[in-house]
Amino acid sequence: MNLGVNSMSVTTSSASWKSGDAVSDQFPAGLRVLVVDDDPTCLRILEKMLRNCRYEVTTCGRAEVALKLLRDNKDGFDVVISDVHMPDMDGFKLLERVGLEMDLPVIMMSADDSKSVVMKGVTHGACDYLIKPVRMEALKNIWQHVVRKKKNEWKEKDAEQSGSVEEGDRQQKPTDDVDYSSSANEGNWRNSRKRKEEEDDGDDKDDSSTLKKPRVVWSVELHQQFVTAVNQLGIDKAVPKKILELMNVPGLTRENVASHLQKYRLYLRRLSGQPQNGLGNSFLGPQDSGFGSISSLNGLDLQAYASSGQIPAQSLASIQAAALGRVTNKSGISVPIVDQHNIFSFDNPNMRFLDGQQHHSNGKQVNLLHGIPTNMDSKQLAALHQSGQPFGNTLMNVHSQSGQSNSLLTQMVQPQSRTQMLNEVGGNPVLNFPSSVGQPGLSQPIPGSVFSRFGMDNNVRPLTYKSLSQPTSVVEFSRSQGMELSGNSIPLTSNSGIPSYTSKGTTLQEEVNSEIKGSRGFLPNFDAFNELSQNRTDTWDLQNVGSTFETPQHSNVQSRLDVPPSVLVQPAFASDHRNGHLRTTSVNKAAFSTATSLGNGTNFGQQLTPSHADSSLRIKTERLPDMGFQNSLFPDQLGQDDLMSTLLKQQQDGLAPVENEFGFDEYQLDNLPV
Amino acid sequence: MQRQLANMKQTLFDQGYLDEQFIQLEELQDDANPNFVEEVVTLYYRDSARLIQNIEQALEKSPLDFSKLECLMHQFKGSSSSIGAKRVKSECTQFKEHCRVGNADGCKRTFQQLKKEYATLKKKVEVYFQFARQIGPVEKACRSK
Repeated sequence: MNLGVNSMSVTTSSASWKSGDAVSDQFPAGLRVLVVDDDPTCLRILEKMLRNCRYEVTTCGRAEVALKLLRDNKDGFDVVISDVHMPDMDGFKLLERVGLEMDLPVIMMSADDSKSVVMKGVTHGACDYLIKPVRMEALKNIWQHVVRKKKNEWKEKDAEQSGSVEEGDRQQKPTDDVDYSSSANEGNWRNSRKRKEEEDDGDDKDDSSTLKKPRVVWSVELHQQFVTAVNQLGIDKAVPKKILELMNVPGLTRENVASHLQKYRLYLRRLSGQPQNGLGNSFLGPQDSGFGSISSLNGLDLQAYASSGQIPAQSLASIQAAALGRVTNKSGISVPIVDQHNIFSFDNPNMRFLDGQQHHSNGKQVNLLHGIPTNMDSKQLAALHQSGQPFGNTLMNVHSQSGQSNSLLTQMVQPQSRTQMLNEVGGNPVLNFPSSVGQPGLSQPIPGSVFSRFGMDNNVRPLTYKSLSQPTSVVEFSRSQGMELSGNSIPLTSNSGIPSYTSKGTTLQEEVNSEIKGSRGFLPNFDAFNELSQNRTDTWDLQNVGSTFETPQHSNVQSRLDVPPSVLVQPAFASDHRNGHLRTTSVNKAAFSTATSLGNGTNFGQQLTPSHADSSLRIKTERLPDMGFQNSLFPDQLGQDDLMSTLLKQQQDGLAPVENEFGFDEYQLDNLPV
Repeated sequence: MQRQLANMKQTLFDQGYLDEQFIQLEELQDDANPNFVEEVVTLYYRDSARLIQNIEQALEKSPLDFSKLECLMHQFKGSSSSIGAKRVKSECTQFKEHCRVGNADGCKRTFQQLKKEYATLKKKVEVYFQFARQIGPVEKACRSK
């Protein structure tokens, strides 16, 4: 049957379907379902029902645990069923994260059948919405969502590879490959890994029907190109066809762009949804056109940069905050500046977001920021957040963006070389930080902002270092990104290089972080930052980093750990916002010790605990110096790889050897949970 | 005996204690899980006891935090509906409505009613399950739908 064929191809083609081969014949039997519900009674019933459908069921009572499970087994599940009301995390947040990080179909369920809630499910991207009590019949057909998703992915791939040797193409253009693994591959966290997988898969795929599509990995560069194209066209006028033309990337199909655009839009919308930035979310405001805001931000950023040096940190923070929407004025940094950051972040985030929740390659970058693998995906970010680094939050976001932004930021931040690194890492195109960003001299670099936006924020972070305050903004951005940035953004703040800013930055960061957190992906970003910043601060316990990073599956994250613990701390921040799961506290503690000057830390506190925030903020500033690599990163948009390596180098200088694991590459923005 | 059991069940349905969902649970029962329904109901009573307590505590506060109450009740309702506790579920709905309009007295009253239904159902299903166990697997065949 056709379905069977699809499934076959699905299983065979999608590299991620580990058990694909085995179950392909009996599809949908063997479908790997993850059920998340805090109600044990319901959980038990669902489990039994699903087992009766011959699905492979894994149950979870808490969203955090579920996320961890998903992250640890990237290709381990085909579909997720989650309850809406859960004590530790809102079901919709989980939905977003999963969508961004793993791109798995998620089905929501609740006893609440009010239209608003169901609508919320739809807008957040749920594949389906079940009303409790759930009946067996409803569960029997959930496999359709898996197939549908895979089919869409394939179609895209097919279109782009029509006729050509998919594998060959894939292999040849690993970076360009769009990894739309149906199994919701992590986004592009492991781009490199995926590529390999793809290559292997490619063989399989070739054999199977044309349904197989090479996965397109939205690397930071790619995303940046995408964002640039969208910006050029104008968010409202940006149609996939035109974007594709503008991008002029061989092998990329309109479908790839279309789906990426969709995700991006969602991302932007989410960003703009962040109302409170206190700082002046003005730019955030325009949700629909994330770009709009971005552009506005850019403008602001430019200004910010222009005045860079004045309050770089602050602005960043503000921007970030703005970007994050969350910025509840924690830092009290001038909001306007933040906006700028936001702009940046937007740009970057756009890149990332489009990916949708995937961590597109940008994500990778972002992480890079501090060496924090942008790929950090939300997970990472979360991890980062856990570190509780206030800074990190923003940075983290930045990271997610794709490092690109980081690079931008880094440049800006000069002093913060670190931050720059972040930016560069991301190569966030978005980073656009005002041209000035590119210049290392930018004291203001909006890096923070840049980062935060997409998660690419990571990049931004570096820049922010200068202003420190900025980092926060970065964080914010990352928020939207969801995670990856968090790591990155933080580093920016850590660039203690900017003493004056740092304090500011920290606040921003905090704010940003919190915001970032909100954005889901934030958390991870912070981690990234934390890491970076951590490198520097001795006080930073890498451990924290480690803990935070654990979540991020990427190895990068781990490498980040090496990075200044501060980085870790940051993530913590981000996490606060969102789920609080990022246990930034651990990191924050480190931050505390180091950052004393920041004082702003409190703002971030969100996750970290207000006190921590201060320290974390402070730490950030300190870290900045370490982040030295950021400075070096300045090179305009180093490619993600470059950034990564630079960052890594920096980090190494700063602290532990920054393993190239950071490999921003891996982190690609794809990973950035949108 | 089986007929008796079937009647018992039918009565519970007729009196509105249980609804269709309960049947769904029964359908899930198989040889591998012969006491599935009982297990689930036991699990429900154990877990919901905690919820009941939370609601009780919340009702003692003054002034009442309606949104929190509504949230707690939502959880309880979800649980109750998944085992098919019809009457309990309708009390939950009513309680939530009182919360929505901020009717503190209504909430308290309804809650008392809810507890009564909750306890009654518990007793009834306990008897039912006991009986079912006595009869053994044969009961499955006679399950009336």
